Amino acid sequence: MKILRTVNTALRALRRNPMRAFLTTLGIVIGVGAVIAMMEIGEGSSAVLKKQIASLGANNLIVLPGAAASTGVSFGGGTSTTLTPQDCVAIIRDCPAIRAGAPIVRVRGQVVYGNKNWVPNTISGTTPEFLNVRDWTELTDGEMFGDRDVANANRVCVVGQTIVRELFGGISPVKARAQIRIQNVAFTVVGVLSSKGANMMGMDQDDVILAPWTTVKFRMSGTAASATAASAASASSDTSSAVNSLSDLYPSKSVALYPTPSAIQAADTPVPVRFTNVDQVLVAARSAPEIPTAIDQMTDLLRERHRINLAMGEVDDFNIRDMTEMTKMLSSTTTLMTNLLLGVALISLIVGGVGIMNIMLVSVTERTREIGLRMAVGARSRDIMRQFLVEAVVLCLVGGALGIALGVGGSILVTALLHWPVQTSPTAIILAVVVSAAVGILFGFYPAWRASRLDPIEALRYE
Amino acid sequence: MALIELIDLYKTYYIGDIDVPVLKGITLTIEHGELVALMGASGSGKSTLMNILGCLDRPTSGQYWLDGEEASGLTGDQRAMVRNRKIGFVFQSFNLLARTSALENVMMPLSYTAVHLSDREARDRAQKALTLVGLSDREHHHPSQLSGGQQQRVAIARALINDPPLLFADEPTGNLDSHTSEEVLQMFEKLNREKGITIILVTHDAGIAQHARRIIHIKDGLIEGPGQAVPAPAGAAGAGGKR
Ligand SMILES: Nc1ncnc2c1ncn2[C@@H]1O[C@H](COP(=O)(O)OP(=O)(O)O)[C@@H](O)[C@H]1O
Ligand SMILES: [Mg+2]
Repeated sequence: MKILRTVNTALRALRRNPMRAFLTTLGIVIGVGAVIAMMEIGEGSSAVLKKQIASLGANNLIVLPGAAASTGVSFGGGTSTTLTPQDCVAIIRDCPAIRAGAPIVRVRGQVVYGNKNWVPNTISGTTPEFLNVRDWTELTDGEMFGDRDVANANRVCVVGQTIVRELFGGISPVKARAQIRIQNVAFTVVGVLSSKGANMMGMDQDDVILAPWTTVKFRMSGTAASATAASAASASSDTSSAVNSLSDLYPSKSVALYPTPSAIQAADTPVPVRFTNVDQVLVAARSAPEIPTAIDQMTDLLRERHRINLAMGEVDDFNIRDMTEMTKMLSSTTTLMTNLLLGVALISLIVGGVGIMNIMLVSVTERTREIGLRMAVGARSRDIMRQFLVEAVVLCLVGGALGIALGVGGSILVTALLHWPVQTSPTAIILAVVVSAAVGILFGFYPAWRASRLDPIEALRYE
Repeated sequence: MALIELIDLYKTYYIGDIDVPVLKGITLTIEHGELVALMGASGSGKSTLMNILGCLDRPTSGQYWLDGEEASGLTGDQRAMVRNRKIGFVFQSFNLLARTSALENVMMPLSYTAVHLSDREARDRAQKALTLVGLSDREHHHPSQLSGGQQQRVAIARALINDPPLLFADEPTGNLDSHTSEEVLQMFEKLNREKGITIILVTHDAGIAQHARRIIHIKDGLIEGPGQAVPAPAGAAGAGGKR
């Protein structure tokens, strides 16, 4: 109530000289306006930058199976066969810090189309989620294979730009429903990925073929786990040979070394059914700062699922890799940007504050008689102090409000004229209000204190 | 109990090493409802005395009893409270806020006292005070749009807004012509007569002092003549209303 009346008085005092009040607060207007505009433009470009870096795979984590070892000889990372597609499903379901994930089965080999052949950098069996994980959802033609293709192990694939160039002479193969042969298995090309260029290691990311992981796993020979697949489901090995039209040319049927067990024998010694394993699971954390959390969550989950008891001396049968370098680059870029803006903000607001202080001092001198009069009618020194402080704060807040309008308007103009990415920043606006009030208090304090120390008699006599 | 009681009051200014004694032992009593003129030559210490009486300043020594309260030892904030509740000032140079309407000028002291009042009530009170000085039709005029006499009447209304029992006017007609001076002085007389407000008129003009019922002469920091000797039976509590 009392403060409201003081604010009212302050507004009235400012209205007595609106032009001067405006010029006084112009420093704050420009300062706040610049800060807001820079914050919005900065945040906009930082968001774009983040997205770009994220599309490089900065938020991606790779879960690899651990090293298998036999009689003390380690076979190196990725050789154990304990990572399953079910692990991937569980990770997506149970780790809140994970945005998306996809299992990957890798295979290498020659790809043939017509009279051309090519050995792609990567042939990955995966799920449609893969593109989401890699921030690669744009296709230039056709579409990604679906979950049903994965479930049915359909022989479909999407190809990268390099494949289109090398095998199809730059003409999209989707319309023609072109079939390519990978290790003698025919795949229909259903989509063409957008270009992604080389990754940070200089590896061509467009030199890629994606297919349902089930197809790669079960229909193609030469993958690390085809033996497992065969033992897990004898039917699948049949289909594999049935669909592979060339398997008659190169029979993969092994010579029966042992007599076929009878049904009773089979029932007596059941073959332990193992889960199909995958070569790796690629996941994306929700954001760069959540990567450590994501790693912890996945570690706990996988330890539980794989029944690894650290207390018993067992070691993890998986590894999780992150892109530390890229993440660091990302965070250092944003920190630099924030610090830069903060510096600019500080300087401009100090300049604005000094302007306020200067004019407030002039105003106190000019209104000495008014101050004397107010004291004579019963204002205590703290009333005078409060009045001038409130006046400075109101001035700064009005300046801040104008500055916000100016800044937002400026950034809208920048978007309209230069097409820069801009993002409205509520933090910046709140910050601007708080900071301009703080500037008012800080730089209004000395003039207000001077006013409150005046002697009423001398003030009244002041010419 | 007298409204004002001064006992052996001294005021000395110190300019560097030099002492400037202005009031040199003033003893004085003023009753409720008096209309007193404080007269003396320029530089005799009238304003100094008024400032002390008005609790704007403190005496160097001596006692000052205001309304039964010792006022010479009060702190700055306490004096502000006393000024606020008990004292109104009218100055020679009006001291109105420029570019501010008469009504708002009159309302101004309320922002330090009557915080409990709503804006409406404050407005009503200011309007009443303006009506009392005969300016109800000028509430929205700015000082620059008012004549000297009207400005001084706005200042009087401002001094009256808190209903103080005591009003000081330091050369209130110093900037006015004789005709408007008369107007303003009649206003004081009316306020004294009708509302029982104790008024102390500071002036160097004998003609103006004639409007008062009691004249206190001050010379060289001392009170001289009957004003000091006779405790003014005629002026007591507005008993003698016929002049
Ligand atoms: N703040 C001050 N410092 C020093 N001397 C002062 C001060 N105020 C007034 N005086 C001196 O006190 C004397 C009385 O001043 P004042 O009370 O203003 O006289 P007047 O009767 O004209 O109102 C003057 O000689 C003046 O110079
Ligand atoms: Mg004087």
